[in-house]
Amino acid sequence: MIESVEIYWNPLVWLIAFIVIAIVAYIIRAFGKKEHKKGEQAKPFLSGVEEPSKEAVHVRGGNVYWGFVEALKGYYGAMKKMHSGRVNDYVAWFVVIASILFVVLFALEAIL
Amino acid sequence: MNLMEHLPALIIAIPLITAFLTPLVDRASKKARNVLVFISLLITFILVVLLVQRVFDKGIITYVMGASNPTETIPKQAAVPIRIVLEIDGLSAFMLLISIFISFIGLIYSFAHIKEGGGRFYTLFLLMVVGMIGMELTGDLFNLFVFLEILSISSAALIAFEFKRATTIEAGIKYIIISSISALFVLFAVGLFYGEYDLLNMAAIANEIGGALSHIDKIALILLFSAFAMKAGTAPMHMWMPDAYGEAPGAISMVLIATTQASLYALLRVCFTIYNEALHVVFPIALILLGLASIFIGVTMALLQDDIKRLIAYAAVAEVGYIVLAIGAGLYGFLGGGDKFASLEMWKVALKGGIFHIFNDVLDIGLLFLVAGGIIYVTKERSLNKLGGLAHSMKYSSILFLIGLAAVAGLPPMNGFASKIIIYESIYGVSPILSIVAILASIVMLAIFVKIFHAIFTGPKLAEHGEVPKYMLASMIVLAGLIIFFGLFPDIVLKNLVNPAVNALMEYGKYISAVMG
Repeated sequence: MIESVEIYWNPLVWLIAFIVIAIVAYIIRAFGKKEHKKGEQAKPFLSGVEEPSKEAVHVRGGNVYWGFVEALKGYYGAMKKMHSGRVNDYVAWFVVIASILFVVLFALEAIL
Repeated sequence: MNLMEHLPALIIAIPLITAFLTPLVDRASKKARNVLVFISLLITFILVVLLVQRVFDKGIITYVMGASNPTETIPKQAAVPIRIVLEIDGLSAFMLLISIFISFIGLIYSFAHIKEGGGRFYTLFLLMVVGMIGMELTGDLFNLFVFLEILSISSAALIAFEFKRATTIEAGIKYIIISSISALFVLFAVGLFYGEYDLLNMAAIANEIGGALSHIDKIALILLFSAFAMKAGTAPMHMWMPDAYGEAPGAISMVLIATTQASLYALLRVCFTIYNEALHVVFPIALILLGLASIFIGVTMALLQDDIKRLIAYAAVAEVGYIVLAIGAGLYGFLGGGDKFASLEMWKVALKGGIFHIFNDVLDIGLLFLVAGGIIYVTKERSLNKLGGLAHSMKYSSILFLIGLAAVAGLPPMNGFASKIIIYESIYGVSPILSIVAILASIVMLAIFVKIFHAIFTGPKLAEHGEVPKYMLASMIVLAGLIIFFGLFPDIVLKNLVNPAVNALMEYGKYISAVMG
């Protein structure tokens, strides 16, 4: 349990709520049709075309979120450029951050 | 001689001596070598637990190397500390416990994983442990540099240990270049301090700095800050992390998380202990921005990855972002920034969230790396496009991976949620935008983990594989058990480990006076 100024979190209460909800869901599921048969009724209807094997149509990891990446093509293009894999670029970013800190700290001091 | 007095020295000495004995014993017997390394690390683990207990009972412990009296921090004939001083407070104790535990789990895992070159592997492994715990024990800046170097060299060799692919060697070389440059920055800063104050001890330097910073102090601060921020893996200086984590053996990827956290510890020491209230408000703001960048870049780049370990490595970048964001917010409030935030003392809560997330990050991402290492070990495949349907043959691994994914994504009741909810609510006081970005990133993280779980475990059985070896499974089960346990009972860690660590950060005066008197 976490209690502080404005934060309260009790995982045990959450767990009890989760178990209660799971039981309710199971009871609702039990009202389902008893005559449902596994196999034939679970087969997809493809206008009479034979269903391809599961191995042949398995969606691989690279295809997941293809649309998301495609929609953000501009952002990902810039990110790929940034992550060039060249160690020179890694060091350059390090130098850039250190330089920004130098400039900001000393410039702020000069202004203030 | 009271051995309890010498605990800090023994914690460094035992793995260090064993590291050099290991190749010799390896020539005689592989089994004896494994037993030697196991016993050495077990003893170190027990000594760390005893030391942590002493710190919580008695307060800050100092240990002077080479002195006739190990508690005499300033010799009678001197006005300042001149010897190597080890100093352990609540924060060091917290970090030590994490480091030694993760190393121990990593060792057990490696017994199943490392089949060839074990003599070299365990020597490097123990040296990496020495470097890591040395950084967390020392109260001396120059020694911090020395331990950082030991850690970097041994880690680079371990990253490139399985040199079956060209990218593995490349990752090791990149890591050593990056580490050498950051170590040079640290050495330069140490030189500046030595030139200015004739001092190397952190408490003594903090005492000299007082409330006002000279130009040299500022330059040293920027050097230390940027060097440790890079070693901690904050974006945009994170790019070495996917290379290193992605190519290292499974157990090493996990221990590397603890090593980056040792750098984070050094950053905390610099900000809170050495500079404390003299720190300019630019630095907490820089930490907040670096944290946000790490979260954003980490989660979005993870989505692109095809390599299972590189994907987890980018998730690790995002997790470092959460820690740095919370610590930045805490430091901002510590320096009096944000009226309501400071007056409500939410910054202390933010610090607690950040420190607690250090603990959770190493368990959660560590578990993912162990399972990923196991998958690569069994299938010899690391591409998400080629894996699939492994839940049919690797039932235990799939459940353990799911636990790790849920924890990293911050799903209740896992430990990741416990620390993330503290971070979300506390950083809201600095700016609601910070909380919004943090929560959205967690949602994207969950979406990414749906991808990775689907890619590896669901779908039809594509090939026949067995389960991972029992040593690997045992170490994964321990981590998963802790993830669930500390998710259900987070107050155990918060009250006993996190609170003393946060108090140690805030009560920097005690750290200084423990050495200076």
